[in-house]
Amino acid sequence: MASGGSTSGVAAVSVSGLTVVRGTVTAIDAISFDVPSGQVTGLLGPSGCGKSTLMRAIVGVQIVASGDVTVLGAPAGSPGLRARVGYVTQAPSIYLDLTVRGNLRYFATILGAADDAVEQALDDVDLRGEADRLVGQLSGGQRTRVSLASALLGSPDLLVLDEPTVGLDPVLRRDLWALFHRLADAGTTLLVSSHVMDEASRCDRLLLMRDGHLLADATPTELLARTGRSDIESAFLSLVEGGAT
Amino acid sequence: MTGRRTLATARRVLEQLRHDPRTIGLIVVVPTALMALLAWILTDADFHKYGPPLLGIFPMLVMFLVTSVATLRERTSGTLERLLSMPMGKGDFVFGYSVAFSILAVIQALVVAGVSFLLLGLDVRGSAWLVVLVAVVDGLTGTALGLFVSAFAQTEFQAVQFMPVALIPQLLLCGLIVPTDELPRVLEWISWLLPLTYAFNAMQHVAMNPTPDTRFWIDLGVVAAMAIALLAAGAGTLRRRTP
Repeated sequence: MASGGSTSGVAAVSVSGLTVVRGTVTAIDAISFDVPSGQVTGLLGPSGCGKSTLMRAIVGVQIVASGDVTVLGAPAGSPGLRARVGYVTQAPSIYLDLTVRGNLRYFATILGAADDAVEQALDDVDLRGEADRLVGQLSGGQRTRVSLASALLGSPDLLVLDEPTVGLDPVLRRDLWALFHRLADAGTTLLVSSHVMDEASRCDRLLLMRDGHLLADATPTELLARTGRSDIESAFLSLVEGGAT
Repeated sequence: MTGRRTLATARRVLEQLRHDPRTIGLIVVVPTALMALLAWILTDADFHKYGPPLLGIFPMLVMFLVTSVATLRERTSGTLERLLSMPMGKGDFVFGYSVAFSILAVIQALVVAGVSFLLLGLDVRGSAWLVVLVAVVDGLTGTALGLFVSAFAQTEFQAVQFMPVALIPQLLLCGLIVPTDELPRVLEWISWLLPLTYAFNAMQHVAMNPTPDTRFWIDLGVVAAMAIALLAAGAGTLRRRTP
């Protein structure tokens, strides 16, 4: 999964000198990096470090102060990208007063997705049994999966997932990570954020963030080798406490 | 903007309402109950004078509230942001909502007018169907105004507080309380900028005249045009990129 070595192929996302100011706070401070295509890239860092803002900038819904974000060869937020980029926000953005299938059908029509996309997405997130229940009656974890399924509908080339596995039971978490890798193997690029460091080992590549800065951009193995630590959490700490980058 | 996405949005809004029968009940029952209350407190002569214009105004109030809260909910739940990050036109969103609420406005107007004419003894010189038509256009104007105003509210509390701001001055200036030509000059000019003034005139015309003249159709056309302009302005307030 986490093979070492350099990134291959064209970058799906290319961020250069990105700065985002929210109110009086500089949420993202002159960040540059590339996300290789067809891989699962983890965006890790503590809550409030700017992960969500960075993801919003990549999806093109964030007003940015300066810098460039190129997604699949076009500026982030270009009209042509709207059907090619799937985005899942941290809080599930779905309709509580519709059924699971009702939500998916609606988003499928907006995306112009194929008819069988809804059934496929239900299977992908294992919600077939819940398909005809109102989302408002589902648990938090189930709602998260409905939100994720909505983003899968149009078979996007890039999936930007903001903390998609928070609060899910371990079995489901494992299944979702398996799904992410299946999608990546089929050519989809995934950028997945998490504040849980133990999810790092499931990623092909890692971006470590803190206070709006990028601490590291490497594969998990590279990161451990560079810091001389045995797990990502201690590697993160050693980077924060003035270690080598 | 595409017809398919607009209609899918309208269908989705109606499907949401179908799961919320109490709201549908309130939309239909509240204006009807207010008309009944009006019939009870007014003398027959006054009911015939104030009944028709208020039959147009009550639906506008109700639709304003329902729409501003519904669209605000889309903003706060993140679903609007999700839609705008998809290949969704801003017009699809706004017109989708207005198509759904127009259907609701028709049902509402039929019930309110039906009860008022058949049970409460309301009487107009013109056609009862024209009363229904004006009430539907008024309801749609309330929807358009609610969509537009919800852009300026950050919470449901604020959205509800916009009703006195957006609607009460119109109610005071439309001619219901003081005929517009007896208002201070400046207020008279202002009244000609407000949709409710034309809605009131149209309803008055049906109440007083057996057949509608050009003036009626102009008044009704102005209300409809203002509703469409407000919807377009509402679409203009939607932002794909936010701070």
